[in-house]
Amino acid sequence: MRNSRLTRNAPGGLLGVLVAGGVTAFAGAAFAQDLLGQPTPGPTMGLQPPGTEVAEAAHFFHNAILTPAIVLITLFVLGLMIYVAVRFNSKANPTPARFTHNTPVEVMWTIAPVLILLFIAIFSYKLLFQFNDIPRADLTVKVTGYQWYWGYEYPDQEIAEITSTMLPEDQARAAGRPFKLAVDNPMVVPQGAVVKVLITGADVIHSWGMPAFGYTFDAIPGRINETWFKADRVGTYYGNCRELCGADHAFMPVEVRVVPRAEFAAWVVRNGGVLGQRPASAASAAPPTVPGAAAGPQTTAPQPAAAAAGQIGTPAASTVPAAPVTPAAANPAAPNPAGGDPRPAGSVPTSPTPAAPAAAPAQ
Amino acid sequence: MATTPAAREYSGTHDTHPEHADSDHKPGFFARWFFSTNHKDIGTLYLILAIVAGTVGGILSGLIRWELYEPGLQVFTEGSLLDRLGVFEGKHGYNVVVTAHALIMIFFTVMPAMIGGFGNWFVPLMIGAPDMAFPRMNNVSFWLTAAAFVLLMITPFVDGGQGLGAGTGWTIYPPLSTSGHAGPAMDLVIFSLHLAGAASILGAINFITTIFNMRAPGMTLHRMPLFAWSVLITSFLLLLSLPVLAGAITMLLTDRNFGTAFFNPGAGGDPVMFQHLFWFFGHPEVYIMILPGFGMVSHIVATFSKKPVFGYLAMAYAMVAIGFIGFVVWAHHMYTDGTPINMRAYFVAATMIIAVPTGVKIFSWIATMWGGSIEFKVPMLWAMGFIFLFTIGGVTGVVLANAGMDYTFHDTYYVVAHFHYVLSLGAIYSIFAGFYYWFEKMFGVKYNEILGLIHFWIFFIGVNVIFFPQHFLGMQGMPRRYVDYPDAFAFWNQVSSIGYFIMVAGLAFFFIMLAEAAIRRRKGVPNPWGIGATTLEWTLPSPPPFHQFNDPPVVRAEGH
Repeated sequence: MRNSRLTRNAPGGLLGVLVAGGVTAFAGAAFAQDLLGQPTPGPTMGLQPPGTEVAEAAHFFHNAILTPAIVLITLFVLGLMIYVAVRFNSKANPTPARFTHNTPVEVMWTIAPVLILLFIAIFSYKLLFQFNDIPRADLTVKVTGYQWYWGYEYPDQEIAEITSTMLPEDQARAAGRPFKLAVDNPMVVPQGAVVKVLITGADVIHSWGMPAFGYTFDAIPGRINETWFKADRVGTYYGNCRELCGADHAFMPVEVRVVPRAEFAAWVVRNGGVLGQRPASAASAAPPTVPGAAAGPQTTAPQPAAAAAGQIGTPAASTVPAAPVTPAAANPAAPNPAGGDPRPAGSVPTSPTPAAPAAAPAQ
Repeated sequence: MATTPAAREYSGTHDTHPEHADSDHKPGFFARWFFSTNHKDIGTLYLILAIVAGTVGGILSGLIRWELYEPGLQVFTEGSLLDRLGVFEGKHGYNVVVTAHALIMIFFTVMPAMIGGFGNWFVPLMIGAPDMAFPRMNNVSFWLTAAAFVLLMITPFVDGGQGLGAGTGWTIYPPLSTSGHAGPAMDLVIFSLHLAGAASILGAINFITTIFNMRAPGMTLHRMPLFAWSVLITSFLLLLSLPVLAGAITMLLTDRNFGTAFFNPGAGGDPVMFQHLFWFFGHPEVYIMILPGFGMVSHIVATFSKKPVFGYLAMAYAMVAIGFIGFVVWAHHMYTDGTPINMRAYFVAATMIIAVPTGVKIFSWIATMWGGSIEFKVPMLWAMGFIFLFTIGGVTGVVLANAGMDYTFHDTYYVVAHFHYVLSLGAIYSIFAGFYYWFEKMFGVKYNEILGLIHFWIFFIGVNVIFFPQHFLGMQGMPRRYVDYPDAFAFWNQVSSIGYFIMVAGLAFFFIMLAEAAIRRRKGVPNPWGIGATTLEWTLPSPPPFHQFNDPPVVRAEGH
């Protein structure tokens, strides 16, 4: 969305618009200092900075359309109430009027909200379908929610499921990473790649929430939800499980590391994956495996400690050291040109999952 | 209000109206309060239940805010006070508290207060009826509700499978509520909802029958007070939505206990089907909780502006429209669970349309005040607080109605802030408004104006300090139902928890007000509010006789 650049490149301009509207609070004034990919401590009053173009569009919708509109409406109602309280209190106006109708005014306050809503709807639908239109995917990651961790599987790279568990407090603090957001094995994706995310749940419903990408989608047993992102900036993006899933609901964070393509290629190799071209038909038709049904126990891919801890604590792209150039860099990391799935986003019902827990012991 | 009583006077004193002496014969204590068939006594019982349940629910929310005062586990952890008491233990205990808080506030505080309490008390009085159509069924409704509350209060002490109690959230989504909670606590929750639902269905039948058949001569539907309208519409919502909930939780029960697989994907079921059924009930439910408040606020605003309600018919039919549209917007709670894109697009449109009749109501209230001679008595402050705070909750609802935006906010504190602005600050405000408005009428004694004012202002500050910062937490992505949170969310959480203590201080004045009124017993008058109070209940003494309107009052139209 072209005009959404406003929200990223010119926070001052956006602020000016809001100030002109008489509203400064409530709309992310301190935008410039906000951390990318994680919540900003202190009295922050806005959305997390967007990590994708679609999230930028959501920011524009929220910061430039919705928030000014609702703040103005609320202030208008407040203003009217203050006016009647001052003008029509029993001292100022001892004799009450008796009117009960005023057709023009009634028509106006019915039509005006309709027009405001229609105006909002234009942007709303544009955004909704922007989320929905998945470009040709460079890479597919299957996300499975478990009680209480995430599994990431890379069918294109033939990397079996990697389990992603919250880092314990001592390790997180020692590594200087945000506790209750950082995990041991993050999802790793190449910078600028269109990543298709297939989300499902293994036991109960979870939800894969990523504020910087502007969404959460539910991980439901027996279903695969499909979404996507294309993160242009290198960095670490944190999120959370958003659907109540039991005792440790608050302790299964989401971490996505967006790395340069070469670094991703190296990561794939380290995890025993395959980088080469795959036949387009095979890639797009690759059936997602049902949760828990993959052969063998979940594999926790070994990761060098340096990669896990040393270089990814900071969200700013500039602080990530340049990736070593390896021969793999010549070979594009995410080369699958036909991975795009023409199906619309949304639910892709799967056959009943045998791995899903039986609700009743009698099963 | 568009109606006035006939010239007939209802002084109700025993000397001048001997027939009232007979009708004022009250049964003994046990028969009166345990076998009650009197709509006013049952209304009082409902109000007592609502205050008791509201206190319990409020204490539970205190545990939530205490835990969230700072990052880390303080309350729901080993060695804490709760751990020593053996209730709500551990992180699962937090989920149990969240679940119980929601269910108590919805089913045993707001609904009993509005519909059971004020509905029972004032619908018959306002329409000039001697009682409800089915007095015995009315009694059954109350005691089923009380039994349901007892069942729910037992659940935190019963094995839930992961620990004591059911920690599923009030939405009780499977599979967490089936395979995720193997113990009997979840079954008790289901039974509790069954009983509460049956009670509400019986109550709804009672209200619909009463309002359709027992209005005083001359009181056509279009002359009926707006509160009676609101209860009528609410009753239809209850009647049509609760059976769906009952069906859904019955399926849950058989999934849990009898090997069915309605919601079990491992055997061909679908957990999302439960969400559809639940929200087909759940969304009308939120209007069930607010529509009677709309009715009360209309009366209070008109009374203290000394001016009839502006746009009476538009107000009534705006509620009808809200009730109707409320049935076709349910899946806006399910934008992120994979409903088809076209369905999401439809639900965006349908949901946003609700803003139009809601706007009509907000503006009509302001127009009612416009040109009036407003007295800022305690009920009026609560009503004006309601209008403003409900507006805030309403506009954030418009934000959330947009599916593309909801993706960001779904299940974050933004949603928590939104629905507490419409419920904790909307529905509860209207309940307090109605309570102060009818206090003298119900109990026959006056409350202390100063205590009421202090209650209002401290409560007003407190709830806003609690809930306004939660918008910011949601924008930064803090998920709801979290026992612990990343350090970055600490600031606003602490502010929110401080707000809780302010609110409690405000509530203390509510109980002080009650005690003061009970001790001082300043005798009430039939109509303390003067010319603005035009509905039939103000023609009766305060409190009204045990039985009223043995001869129905005749209502004539006022020029409108």
